[in-house]
Amino acid sequence: MSEKRELTPYEKVLAARSSERPNTMEYIEALFTDFYELHGDRLFRDDPSIVGGIARFHGQPVTVIGHRKGRNTEENIRYNFGMTSPEGYRKAVRLMEQAEKFHRPVITLIDTPGAYPGIEAESNGQSNAIAESISYMSRLTVPSIAVMIGEGSSGGALALAVADRVWMLENAVYSILSPEGFASILWKDAKLAPEASRVMKITAQELLEYGLIDGILPEGRRVYQAMDRMLRTELASLGKLGPDALREERYRKYRKIDRTAFSG
Amino acid sequence: MNIDDIFLQRRKRWNSLLQIRKNPPEEMKECPVCHKKIEKALLRGNFGVCTECGYYFPLSPRRRLELVCDAGSFKELDGKLSTGNPLDFPEYEQKLAQNQMKTGQTEAIVTGVGSIQNHRVAIGIMDGRFFMGSMGTVVGEKVARLCEYAGKKKLPLVLFCASGGARMQEGLFSLMQMAKTGAAVERYRQNGGLFLSVLTNPTTGGVSASFANLGDIILAEPKALICFAGPRVIEQTIGQKLPEGFQRAEFLLEHGMIDRIVARSELKETLGTLIALHQPKKKDKNHE
Ligand SMILES: [Zn+2]
Repeated sequence: MSEKRELTPYEKVLAARSSERPNTMEYIEALFTDFYELHGDRLFRDDPSIVGGIARFHGQPVTVIGHRKGRNTEENIRYNFGMTSPEGYRKAVRLMEQAEKFHRPVITLIDTPGAYPGIEAESNGQSNAIAESISYMSRLTVPSIAVMIGEGSSGGALALAVADRVWMLENAVYSILSPEGFASILWKDAKLAPEASRVMKITAQELLEYGLIDGILPEGRRVYQAMDRMLRTELASLGKLGPDALREERYRKYRKIDRTAFSG
Repeated sequence: MNIDDIFLQRRKRWNSLLQIRKNPPEEMKECPVCHKKIEKALLRGNFGVCTECGYYFPLSPRRRLELVCDAGSFKELDGKLSTGNPLDFPEYEQKLAQNQMKTGQTEAIVTGVGSIQNHRVAIGIMDGRFFMGSMGTVVGEKVARLCEYAGKKKLPLVLFCASGGARMQEGLFSLMQMAKTGAAVERYRQNGGLFLSVLTNPTTGGVSASFANLGDIILAEPKALICFAGPRVIEQTIGQKLPEGFQRAEFLLEHGMIDRIVARSELKETLGTLIALHQPKKKDKNHE
C-alpha cells in the first residue's frame, strides 16, 4: 500500500497547473515516433496554443492533437498559456477531417485553463469554433481517445474531448470552469477557490465514480509506460468496431449522461 | 366585416384603452434602458419591445409560443422532466424551487411540437429568466430528445436560445450537455433535418458554444448579446474596455457569424418562409 497522502481537490488544481508537469510535447515525444507537426486553419492563422500532426504509435499512423503549454514565461506567452482561439479549434477540426479521410485514430491531450477570452477570439467566432469541434468529434468514424494531462477547463477542454474514451491522469482536473471563476461567479470571491474545488467535483477519482470518465492513469516515473499501455489496449478494442458502430457507441456514451428525475 | 362587428371591435379597443388608463402603477413596466414606464398591455401589444427606445424585454416561453406558433397548435413534450441534483450541490433544490416559483416553469427550456404558418415543427424555447437560462442535465436532455423527435418525425427544428451558460451547480454534468446536444443536433442535421436557431438576448457560454451556434440558419434578435466569454470576463483578462456594440447581434452579423437579424414582430413570418423554402418544389401551373 502507498503511504502517499491523497491531495485535496485544490492541491490537485495547483498540481495540474504546475509547469513542472510533463506537457503535451513531452508526451508526444515519449509515446510516438515520426511525429510530424502540421500547421494552420487555412482560414486565418496558425494558433500556437494547439499542436497537432501525424505520428506513429507502435507503427500505426495516428493523428495527435493537444493543447500546448510552455515550461517558462517566454514559452507560455508564445503558446498563450494553453488558451485556444477559434483558429486553434479549426486547425484541430482540419486535422481530424484528415484523420477521418485516411482512417487514422485521433488521440487528444487536454491541458488548458479554457478557451481564450479575448476580443479577436470572440470576433472570430469562439462559440462557433468550439461548437463545430464538438459536433465534428461526435461524428468521427475512426477511434478517438482523449487524455486529460493537466487542467481540463470549460468548453475549451471539451472541444477536444468528445472521444470514445476519456482518461485522466491521477492529479489532473476536469471542470466546467476554473475554481476561481466558479467562486467569483457563485460567491463573488475568487479566494474561495479551494472550497469551490471541493464542491465542483473535478478530480479524476470523483469523475470516475460518476461515470464521466473511463479511467485514471498513475503519475510519476511510470506515467509514460501507463499511458502507452492504456493507448494500446484501448486502440486494440476500439479497432474491432466498424465505423458505424464507433459513431453509434460514442453517440450513446454522451446521450446517456442524464441525471434528470421524473422522466416522462 | 359588417358594421356591427366594426363597432364591436371599436368598443372593445376603447374599453381596453380605458382599462389601461384605470390601471394602477404596478400595471406599468419600466424599461431598463430608457426608464420609460410603459403600460403592460401596450408593451404586450408591441411584442414586448419598448415603445420608446426599442429595447427587447425578455419573453416567457408561453408568450414566445403565442407570438411564433399558430394559435392552439403547441403541444408540450417532456414537461415533467426535472433535475436530480447530480452533485448533491448545497441549496441547489431550494434555488430551483425559487426559480420555479418566479417563472412558473419547471426548467430553463420548454419543448414540444407546434405549427408555424401551418408547417409542423419541433420547437424549443429557452427561458432566460429561469436560472439565467443555464444548461444543466434537463436542458441538455430536452434538447437532445427534441432533436431525436424531430429526426424521427421528419420535422424542422426551431430553437429559441437564451442562456447565461452552464448550470454551475451541476458541474461536469452540465459541461457534458454541450457534447450531448452538439452530438444530437449534428446527427439530426446529418440526416437531412433543417435546424433554425434563433439567438435571443443573451446567448452565451456553453449554450452558445454548442447547439445554438450549430443552426443550418442562425437568426438573432436585434442587439442580443451573443458570445462564449462574457464581456466582464474579457475586460478582466485583457484589462481594457470593450468597444461599443461588441458581441451584439449586429457585430456578429458583420463578422459573418449569423445569417440575419430579425425583428421580433417579423420572426413568425420569417421562420414560416424559411421552412416553406425547404419544402419540396411547388407545383406551378404557369410553368408546367
Ligand atoms: Zn426603453
